Amino acid sequence: MNVQVTINGEKLSADVEPRLLLVHLIREVFRLTGTHIGCDTTHCGACTVLLDGRPVKSCTMFAVQANGREIQTVEGLEQDGALHPLQESFMAEHGLQCGYCTPGMLMTSKAFLEKHPSPSEDDIRRAISGNLCRCTGYVNIVKAVQHAAAKLRATAPAGGAR
Amino acid sequence: MIPAGFDYHAPTTIGEATALLSRLGDDAKVLSGGQSLIPLLKLRLASPRHLVDINRIPGLGYVKEADGALRIGALTREADLEESEAVRTRYPLLADAARTIADPLVRNLATVAGNLAHGDPANDHPAVMLALGAEIVATGPSGERRIPIVSFFRGPFETALKGDELLTEIRVPAPAPRSGGAYVKLERKVGDFATAAVAVQLTLAADGTCSTVGIGLTNVGLTPIKAEKAEAALRGKRLDEATIREAGQLAADAARPEADLRGSVEYKKDVVRVLTMRALRKAAERAGGDR
Repeated sequence: MNVQVTINGEKLSADVEPRLLLVHLIREVFRLTGTHIGCDTTHCGACTVLLDGRPVKSCTMFAVQANGREIQTVEGLEQDGALHPLQESFMAEHGLQCGYCTPGMLMTSKAFLEKHPSPSEDDIRRAISGNLCRCTGYVNIVKAVQHAAAKLRATAPAGGAR
Repeated sequence: MIPAGFDYHAPTTIGEATALLSRLGDDAKVLSGGQSLIPLLKLRLASPRHLVDINRIPGLGYVKEADGALRIGALTREADLEESEAVRTRYPLLADAARTIADPLVRNLATVAGNLAHGDPANDHPAVMLALGAEIVATGPSGERRIPIVSFFRGPFETALKGDELLTEIRVPAPAPRSGGAYVKLERKVGDFATAAVAVQLTLAADGTCSTVGIGLTNVGLTPIKAEKAEAALRGKRLDEATIREAGQLAADAARPEADLRGSVEYKKDVVRVLTMRALRKAAERAGGDR
């Protein structure tokens, strides 16, 4: 079946088997390997991408279901050589160790901060509860998201974050 | 993990979908949110030859109040339920359940209707809808029929839906004044199925006694369980501690759990007893009762 999707603003298409998972389309067909496969069982969130702006687990969706829809992956965060405030904040606050969960953490946090520009720590912990990190104990990830929220609030025009 | 191959169908009307289901028979499965089905396909616990994806049918994702009921469409995501103003302000039992199902990412795709149609007694909405006394609207090739929730769950992963029917709407009766509900769930970690969970919906009469009450139990039997004896023990009574304790024990007696990694039979029954008491207290408080 032919699938057409917009990934990070670019229109892409491919002929795929219906059983191909979205994460495999992204990684193996389009070679965007920033999106990771962790547990492959809908638990860990390493494969998180934004589907029409909402974070979803791309290992638990078929590529054909994404036909005609817009996807954002971690590769789309950097703009013109400048890191996204979330990426800078994960560096500044040491929000990663091995980095395996990071693409998913970033994508979930991006969608979350767009809706909740001034979240409490509890809100952040709830928002990332579908993304597992086995290194950090989450403390620095939460700090990184708080850091990014402050940065985005400072730079965003009234009405929302990038 | 790669699922077995299947033919993919993406109908754009309910009529087209039910005609497909009618033609394909037992070889077809309905794909809605996919958050239960796709993991099963990947583990090859199921290998249907056809998937009928209903996500391309417009107009099925809604939460609205009309004609004395909250109406939830076939494609309403758990996240939509969580964000619904009506749910947050008037259906606390649904609001409690919505934020405890799986995790926030899964809730962006998972549907309320799928949670019911899957027929898994470990899912949360079955017990919730039993407590609420909901009604299921099923649409097949020859039209629509309504199924009371008490006759919807037939066995593990088995519901009253026929092979060519879609669950098109869930109707939750609007709560009377002085109503309250609560869902209390014990889970080992975010995203796990409940060790046990209890759903309570009740209404208090002017004199403070309990006029109606529904109690549903999650993951302590082959189907979700309506704790009818506990309900009967509460009806017409003031919700004092002795009455709540008795109801907790009766709910525990109604549970039929199996021992597994989440605990022994005795432990799970005791969890039901404790959670029932907690849910009753919370529901009564939300109903505005002084107990």
